[in-house]
Amino acid sequence: MALHEKTVSELAAGLEAGDFTSVEVTQALLERIAAKDDKLNAMITVTGEQALAAAAQADAARAAGKAGPLNGIPLIHKDIFCTRGVRTSCGSKMLDNFISPYDATVVERLAGAGAVMLGKANMDEFAMGSSNETSFYGPVRNPWDLECSPGGSSGGSAASVAARFAPAATGTDTGGSIRQPAALTNTFGIKPTYGRVSRYGMIAFASSLDQAGTITRTAEDAAMLLGVMAGFDERDSTSINAPVPDYVAELGEAVKGMKVGIVRQHFDAGLDADCGARVKDAIGVLEALGATTVEVDLPNLDLSVPTYYVVAPAECSSNLSRFDGVRFGHRAEGAADLFDLYCRSRGEGFGDEVKRRIMTGTYVLSAGYYDAYYLKAQQVWQLIAEDFRKAFAEVDVIAGPTSPTAAFKLGDKTDDPITMYLNDIYTIGANLAGLPGASVPCGFVDGLPVGLHLVAPHFGESVLLRCAHQYQQQTDWHAACPEGFQ
Amino acid sequence: MSLDKDQVRHIATLARLNLSDDEYGESVAKLSKIVDFVDQLSQADTEGVVPMAHPLDATQRLRPDAVTETDERDRYQENAPSVTGGLYLVPKVIE
Repeated sequence: MALHEKTVSELAAGLEAGDFTSVEVTQALLERIAAKDDKLNAMITVTGEQALAAAAQADAARAAGKAGPLNGIPLIHKDIFCTRGVRTSCGSKMLDNFISPYDATVVERLAGAGAVMLGKANMDEFAMGSSNETSFYGPVRNPWDLECSPGGSSGGSAASVAARFAPAATGTDTGGSIRQPAALTNTFGIKPTYGRVSRYGMIAFASSLDQAGTITRTAEDAAMLLGVMAGFDERDSTSINAPVPDYVAELGEAVKGMKVGIVRQHFDAGLDADCGARVKDAIGVLEALGATTVEVDLPNLDLSVPTYYVVAPAECSSNLSRFDGVRFGHRAEGAADLFDLYCRSRGEGFGDEVKRRIMTGTYVLSAGYYDAYYLKAQQVWQLIAEDFRKAFAEVDVIAGPTSPTAAFKLGDKTDDPITMYLNDIYTIGANLAGLPGASVPCGFVDGLPVGLHLVAPHFGESVLLRCAHQYQQQTDWHAACPEGFQ
Repeated sequence: MSLDKDQVRHIATLARLNLSDDEYGESVAKLSKIVDFVDQLSQADTEGVVPMAHPLDATQRLRPDAVTETDERDRYQENAPSVTGGLYLVPKVIE
C-alpha cells in the first residue's frame, strides 16, 4: 500500500514499527500535492520546508523515545486557524497579507502531539458559504467530479483528504461546514459539542455556533485527533471544562441496544430520493448491529435555516467589525479620512457573500428591527433546542441525511443565496443546539458520494464515533478513492 | 418585506462598507430575498419563550484581574499597514 493511501492509524503503526519515517511520508504527500493540486485548488499555502523540518524533528523524537500520540502524522489545517509565521488568509483578500503572530490552540495541541502541518486548506471566505465558491483564491473542485463543488466551507480540507493529499485535515463548522463537505467528498467529518474544542486562534464567524473538528477517512482517525484537540482552554471564554474521554478506547463499545432516532421531517420532499435510499440502507446496517430505530419529530426543523440566517449574520457583522484597515489586513490606498478608510478597506477587502452577511446582520440588529428579527430568532432558537432535548429523551443518537443532494455543479447555486443556504437544512440544527454531529460515507448516487448524518446529545462524541466506526467495519464506502487520485 | 436602495445605502453605511453602483443593485435584490426568507420566523408562536443565550446554559467564566499576557506589540504590529513609534497611523481625524 502506498504511503498516501494509509489512514492516520495505519501511518501511526508503520511509523512506530519503523517501516518508514515521517520525512518519507511527508515528502511523498508534498510531491502528491505539487503534482495534483492544480486540478483541485484545495490548498492556499503549502508549507513544504516547515513540514519537512517538523517531520525530521518527529523522527528524532521517536528515535529518542519521545514520540507524541500523533508523532510524525502529516495533516492540513483549514486556513481559518492561525499558524505562527505562516499566512492565515481565511479565504479572504482582507487577510491575504496576514502572517499570524501566534498559533491557534488546535494548531498548538496537534503540533505538540507530534503532527506535521503540510499547509493550509482553501475555504469559503471567512467560512461563509456551502460550496467553496466564495473563496478569494477561487473555488475548490470535488475530486469525485472536477465540475462539482466539494461543499463548504471546509471544502479544501475535505477535497484534500478525499484526494489523499493528507490522511486528515482540520475544519470548522458553524452550520454544517465540516459535515456537508465530508458528505460530498466521501470523507468522515465530525463537529464536536459546542465548547469541546477551543476556538482560540480560530478566526471568528458566529461565535456562539463556531466549533472546530476534523475531516478524515475513518472515525477511528477522528477519535485519535479529537483526543488531542479537545479539552479546556482558558484562552477561549466558552471552552467547556469537562474531562475528555479516551475516544479510541470507546470505539468498540456496543451499538447493540442503542436507540436510533429517525426524524420524520428528514425524509420529506426536500431530500433527493436516491440519497434517501442510501441513508436508509446505512440505518439498516446500524439495525443489523443491534440498534433499534424510533421515529422522532423535530417540528421546527424548517425554521432552523431562517433562524441561523439571523443569528449567524448578526454575530458575523459584529465579529468582522475588527477588520478596519488599521491594525492588520487589507488597507485601501489614498483614503480621504478615517471613515473613508474603513469603508473602502472593507469594501475592497471583503467579497460579495461576506458583505451580504455583514449587511444582513447589521440590518437585523439595527434600531427598529432588533425585536422583530434578532430577539424573535433567539426565541425560535430556543424552540429548536427544545425539540432536540425532547428527541434525546427518547433516543441515543439521531440518524439521517447530511445533505439534501449529492455534490452539485460549480456555479449552479451561486445566483440565489437562499438555494445555497438550504443546503444546510439537516446540519444547522446541531449547531443551534450545540450538539455534536458527524457525517459518515454511506454510498454513491451516479458516482457521487452520499453522507449519513449522526447527531448525539451534548458531549456524545463517543457515541458518534462508535456508531460510525462500527458502521465502517461493516462497509467499505470510505475506502473508495476518486478516479485519478488512487 | 423588500428593501429599497436607500435602506441598503443606510445599512452599508452602518456596516462601513463601500459598495459600487453594481453592487448596490445586486445587494438590493439579494438582501430583499434574504429578508423575505427570514421573515418566516414571524409566523412562529414564541409567546413566553425565553430567548436562547447559550445552548449548554453555560455562564461566563470569571478570572482574577491579573496581567497574564506578555508585551508582543512589536511583533503584532508587523502586520499593521502603517505604524510609527509603536502607534498605528490613520488619516487625520481632527481638522
